[in-house]
Amino acid sequence: MSNGDRPLSPHLQIYAWQWTMALSILHRATGVGLAGGTLLLVWWLLALANGAESFDTVQMVIGSWIGRLCLLGWTWALFYHFCNGIRHLFWDIGKGFELDTARNSGYTVVVASLGLTGLTWVVGYMAMGAM
Amino acid sequence: MSLRTPLGRVRGLGSAKSGTHHFWMQRVTAVALIPLTLWFIYAVMSLLGADHATVSAWMQSPVNAVLMVLLIVATFHHMQLGLQVVIEDYIHGEGIKIASLMIMKGGSLVLGIAATFAVLKVAFGG
Repeated sequence: MSNGDRPLSPHLQIYAWQWTMALSILHRATGVGLAGGTLLLVWWLLALANGAESFDTVQMVIGSWIGRLCLLGWTWALFYHFCNGIRHLFWDIGKGFELDTARNSGYTVVVASLGLTGLTWVVGYMAMGAM
Repeated sequence: MSLRTPLGRVRGLGSAKSGTHHFWMQRVTAVALIPLTLWFIYAVMSLLGADHATVSAWMQSPVNAVLMVLLIVATFHHMQLGLQVVIEDYIHGEGIKIASLMIMKGGSLVLGIAATFAVLKVAFGG
């Protein structure tokens, strides 16, 4: 579609940054990041189906420091998208639109996602006997 | 006064001709993914450091295999709906937009089916 010289709506740069706006962008960013993370899940499942040798290779890659770093990022992205997704579902049923509520639910989502990520990794390391 | 035709108003499908289907499926899969994601995290935690035989045996439990397939279906459906909107928002050329959508949707389907196949192969004792 040709837009010609018709006026555009204001670009992002023109707005003062707001907490809720950053979180909204983050929801999309974590969603795209998690889509990348599905590649690891598919690889892991295919390796499992392919046999012990392939499986050990994937486990080795995931267990490396860079693998763990990616996994840490994906853990947080998953918890963030999960928590903020629930926040979106409340908006979908018409609840939580008041400015205070929207801001506070945003804070809650960030704190919860970080807390759940930390908790998951601490429990994970404890389960593996490393802590 | 509405400028829409009576037929258009009755169908209520808008310019995309699909009504709220995309929006609704995004929400349905989101709701399904709430319990499935919690289960998945629990499953991954319980399998940390497990070897091939242990994970295979785990996947051969019918409950685990079925939940895993449900997780895969809901995840990839939700993913391609979300990525579709991202592509539609940022890619403006009509040709490249359609090509991107086809590649993304096809790729999601391939990944989802490959993952499902892997789960079933292990579950049926392959």
